[in-house]
Amino acid sequence: MSWASWSDFFAMGGYALYVWGSYAVTAGLIALEVIMLILRRRNALNSAAGLTAGDRP
Amino acid sequence: MSQPTLVIGSINWFRYASPQTFYPLAGAMIPWFAWAAAVLCAAGLYVGFFVAPTDQQQGEAYRIIFIHVPAAWMSMFIYVVMAFWAGVGLVFNTRLSHMMATALAPTGALFTFVALWTGALWGKPTWGTWWVWDARLTSELILLFLYFGFMALQAAIDEPRRADRAGAVLALVGVVNIPIIYYSVKWWNTLHQGASVSLTSAPTMAATMLTGMLLMALAAWMYSIAAALHRARSIILERERGADWIANYRHVVKP
Repeated sequence: MSWASWSDFFAMGGYALYVWGSYAVTAGLIALEVIMLILRRRNALNSAAGLTAGDRP
Repeated sequence: MSQPTLVIGSINWFRYASPQTFYPLAGAMIPWFAWAAAVLCAAGLYVGFFVAPTDQQQGEAYRIIFIHVPAAWMSMFIYVVMAFWAGVGLVFNTRLSHMMATALAPTGALFTFVALWTGALWGKPTWGTWWVWDARLTSELILLFLYFGFMALQAAIDEPRRADRAGAVLALVGVVNIPIIYYSVKWWNTLHQGASVSLTSAPTMAATMLTGMLLMALAAWMYSIAAALHRARSIILERERGADWIANYRHVVKP
């Protein structure tokens, strides 16, 4: 364990901007992809339901 | 249209190449891969931040490695798998192969961007610059453009079969960039360091650092599989929505 305290942990030995900047952007992009995956599936299900239920010609 | 057949050991492997067979199979597999990704990521972050020691030369800045290296590996590996499915689709004319290639591209682009982004944030404190036009960095940037080009080309062509084939040709031509990325640090005298982990020699890093990195790499694998399968199912629904078998899924047909 390299950390004496939580503030020590968040300071990352002076590299907080670089380390947390990397982790935050990666986490944000993965969260965005998961949201886009869910939305795409929802849209696909809705349009498939519309077609197979015979709502559209 | 009759299904092609490829019978090896009395199993017709093309049976699994039909979207109708693949759709429920993928649906059953996604939660397992997603949970594996979450557990491996939690373990990898724990080892990476609380077990692995401070680096003697780089201090804590090196902890970017737990994202950077797995993302860079995935960016190349996903491209190879994408090109493989694109090639299979071209040769055997199997719809599902093209769908898999299409499903992999956005996740591959994501990891390529993450590799470049974390590389810039790692380069600044260690090299003193966010970016250099070094062979490794430049070829990785070209990889990002290849993913974007593949997606843009497919999106620009309305007819799915033509879009599949055009994208597949681009994916296969672009695969030449992968060995260039991989060997760039050997072929050219680059600012980017050589491989810390390779198949032919012992890793040049502490065992706990390596463990954290490999756990994160496995997590990235599991996540990529889950994401690609999930996207492939949506693509199947989008393209086959008129097919009879889709109506058999009760949750699709809303009352």
